[in-house]
Amino acid sequence: MNRRGRMILFLLSAAVFGGVYLWGLKGLPPVGHYRGPYGDVLNQVATYERHVTDIVTAVNFDYRGFDTLGEEFILFMSVVGGTVLLRRQREEEKSEHKDQALSDESPERQAPEPSDATRVLTLGLVGPLVVFGLYMVAHGQLTPGGGFQGGVILATAPLLVYLGGDLKKFKQITSHTLVEVAEAAGAGGYLAIGFAGLILGGAYLRNVAALGRTGMINSGGTIALINLATGLEVAAGFVLLLYAFLEQTLEIRLRGGK
Amino acid sequence: MSFFPYAVAAWLFIIGLYGIVTSRNFVHLVICLAVLQSSTYVLLLSIGYRVGGTAPVFAGVPVGTLAVDPVVQALMLTDIVVEATVVALLLALALQLHKHANTLDPDKLKALEG
Repeated sequence: MNRRGRMILFLLSAAVFGGVYLWGLKGLPPVGHYRGPYGDVLNQVATYERHVTDIVTAVNFDYRGFDTLGEEFILFMSVVGGTVLLRRQREEEKSEHKDQALSDESPERQAPEPSDATRVLTLGLVGPLVVFGLYMVAHGQLTPGGGFQGGVILATAPLLVYLGGDLKKFKQITSHTLVEVAEAAGAGGYLAIGFAGLILGGAYLRNVAALGRTGMINSGGTIALINLATGLEVAAGFVLLLYAFLEQTLEIRLRGGK
Repeated sequence: MSFFPYAVAAWLFIIGLYGIVTSRNFVHLVICLAVLQSSTYVLLLSIGYRVGGTAPVFAGVPVGTLAVDPVVQALMLTDIVVEATVVALLLALALQLHKHANTLDPDKLKALEG
């Protein structure tokens, strides 16, 4: 389709979208006048029922925990898909620069060295970020945050190492096998906690662990445990994706591309 | 003013779609898709918003304080995760495409080879 045809199609769809959207808005309350009962009910009861203070986390990992299990496996499958898409292709395998890749010294194939400023800033940030990520994962049931958010923050630590160093440093601090195991353990851990609820409580993902005291780090029962599993899965998943993408930058650089 | 966030959501959707339609680079296209999808965040959050409501986090404020809807916020988290996965997969596809076709311009692509 040429550009003009595409523009016409776009204008038509935008007009239809605008019409249907306005029609839909007629049924919505004005912003700020939320009417739904579910959120209000949860805001009232979740703290008493589950001993958590962050209701959003309680919804995600308890009341709506089964959906989040699906969500976690969307992420899992996307990591698998990304790794498969970015795998070493047959012709790349043949060229056999697998081993010499890291020791290739010809100047035009080298990435420029990161500046001292980059190196100091990125390496200085690694420690605080790891602590912050762990804090996010562990305090999901108390304050905003949780497994997904904390996991992503944790995964940025090896990326910063790559930015401040090179792929070799990135590989030194992340073992591919170990990250794969962590990814599987995180995803499987969520499933297993669900089965624990089935066996001990009669329903899948029922919150069967001790609820603890509201406001403490071990409160929330399975909510806290699932957050840990999710944090592990998300961090490992993102590191695996980074691994696949960064391998490709090397592949492309070796072919003389930009 | 009370419908303004809904208008922002519609604008993000339309401008993202416009970017996708007119894109000359697949990476740009993927980012436009991310912009388009962020319209759903604005829409979800504005549906759950309540004038004078606090965040649905009762650490420091007593239970019973007027708060916004936590359910749409939880849905939005799902939304963000889905966006991240879609963007990752599409960028991986764009990378492979560039290796095979040597271009990222959708208009310069020839018919698919088997």
